Amino acid sequence: MTLEEIIQPANKVYGKTPLLTDTPMHYCPGCSHGVVHKLIAEVIEELGIQEITIGIAPVGCAVFAYNYIDIDWQEAAHGRAPALATAVNRLLPDKCVFTYQGDGDLAAIGTAETIHACNRGENIAIFFINNGIYGMTGGQMAPTTIEGMVTSTSPAGRDVHLAGFPLKISNVLTLLDGTCYVTRQAVHTPATVVRAKKAIKKAFENTLAKKGTSVVEIVSTCNSGWKMTPHQANQWMAEHMFKEYPLGDLKDR
Amino acid sequence: MEEIKLMKGNEAVAEAAIRCGCDGYFGYPITPQSEVLETLMALEPWKKTGMVVLQAESETASINMVYGGAACGKRVMTSSSSPGISLMQEGISYIAGAELPCVVVNVTRGGPGLGTIQPSQSDYFQTVKGGGHGDYKLITLAPASVQEMADFTCLAFDIAFKYRNPVMVLSDGLIGQMMEKVQLPDYKPRMTEDEIRALYPWATLGKKGRPDRNIITSLALVSEEMEKVNDRLQKKYREVEANEVRYETYQCDDADYLMVAFGSTARICQKSVELLRREGIKAGLFRPITLYPYPSKELFHYADQVKGMLSVEMNAGQMVEDVRLSVNGKVPVAFYGRYGGMIPTPEEIVNALKDKLMR
Repeated sequence: MTLEEIIQPANKVYGKTPLLTDTPMHYCPGCSHGVVHKLIAEVIEELGIQEITIGIAPVGCAVFAYNYIDIDWQEAAHGRAPALATAVNRLLPDKCVFTYQGDGDLAAIGTAETIHACNRGENIAIFFINNGIYGMTGGQMAPTTIEGMVTSTSPAGRDVHLAGFPLKISNVLTLLDGTCYVTRQAVHTPATVVRAKKAIKKAFENTLAKKGTSVVEIVSTCNSGWKMTPHQANQWMAEHMFKEYPLGDLKDR
Repeated sequence: MEEIKLMKGNEAVAEAAIRCGCDGYFGYPITPQSEVLETLMALEPWKKTGMVVLQAESETASINMVYGGAACGKRVMTSSSSPGISLMQEGISYIAGAELPCVVVNVTRGGPGLGTIQPSQSDYFQTVKGGGHGDYKLITLAPASVQEMADFTCLAFDIAFKYRNPVMVLSDGLIGQMMEKVQLPDYKPRMTEDEIRALYPWATLGKKGRPDRNIITSLALVSEEMEKVNDRLQKKYREVEANEVRYETYQCDDADYLMVAFGSTARICQKSVELLRREGIKAGLFRPITLYPYPSKELFHYADQVKGMLSVEMNAGQMVEDVRLSVNGKVPVAFYGRYGGMIPTPEEIVNALKDKLMR
């Protein structure tokens, strides 16, 4: 069998979605952002909503998300993505709007915007990357940093009596009547990637069906910030992060 | 048909916004401007024109909703009063950086801090000298009547879209709260999505029909790129300065003494001019309508003619710096102001002019 014979549409088992641009990603090798970007791009393609989807990028490592997914984007100020998404949703009710935010963005500086957008039940999807650290600024403690975790602003490990407790913001969001779907996923194994993609798809479907706010938290690694190899980071996440942030659906109505 | 109504300045802003095709208002209650949001909620424009009105959770959220709406090419606005406007500075800087059009109305109250709910003009510096971070300019219109609250709300949208720049209507608690006769503009339809796509090809309405995605951002990490962004902004500001200067003169032609005042203080100064003229003193009033761009050349024109200028403000002396820059030492410039919510009387201003310029 020649190569030409093998390269046939019938034999194709995987392809890169055209929604993912050819711009080389700036993310560190091992970072979860790349996988999540790919899943979002694939879902937008599969749902056929590229022309009506508007993404709101955060401040943080994903600030350049707009370079990688071929849709219209707005780049928000730190934490304010849900406010921008609110306006887009209200002014363009037939479009599909999502925010992509990290833990510092969503659960620290943008807590008010997050809670109130969810509480109003804005028809938006929120993709929340929780790696327990501020990646872009060089590895400082985040609201979601787990107890004892060493960061550049908690060099002796997070002391909960000094810095408070890891903020389980997704659990808080389940209490709000405006959220229709809150789930916590990961992308460190093929099986979790498949489940995460299903969750992302469901969030977009809810948005299209105007069901309210969907929140997909992805417990993620930041191997650079955590000072680990990608493999070590995945192991550490499974061992320590999932205890604090167990995976699975928190709310589905 | 034009309608004439008796209403508050704040109500006029709301009425005018609906009539001039505003797509969305996002705001948060604060005295003395809450009537803007209250009037909009009572008028329910979403039933008539489809305009969105939303009470946000904070001024921070309001201005960022405005950012998101403006990025879609929609005519969006917010209003607040001084402490709330302070909270909006981050968003205003982002909107200026991303080159988006929007309207922000400030019904100024006395500060600093929580200050007072009474009128003031102490946000002049914040408005025209920056307020937020970075080298940006906020085009600023200063209404002096309820009529101008309505007119300038509409004008602000036109200027904002002409230059893709935020425009501030810098009012104060006096104009916001006082009632006057106002002729409201006729209803203008809101723009359709197709019209927005045709007129504002940068709008993020979804990629439909375009080969390239639209990205609204104020970020350019490479210094060479960010310098170019700033070059573009500065070029635009020079255009604004060349085209958008607005001012009004009252009895300036033969004036020996000039009062310079904006907004409600200019209304009070009109009376002072009359009082002085009754005494045989040739006084005039120069009223900047745009505070940025400032009518510097036009004011300088009077420097040859008059013996002195008095900047009258409801603050501790802010615009007076621009008056002095404009006349560049050619003529003495004095200042008279009340602050903390106090409003100067025409007689006080007359005495101040005599005391500071005629002794």
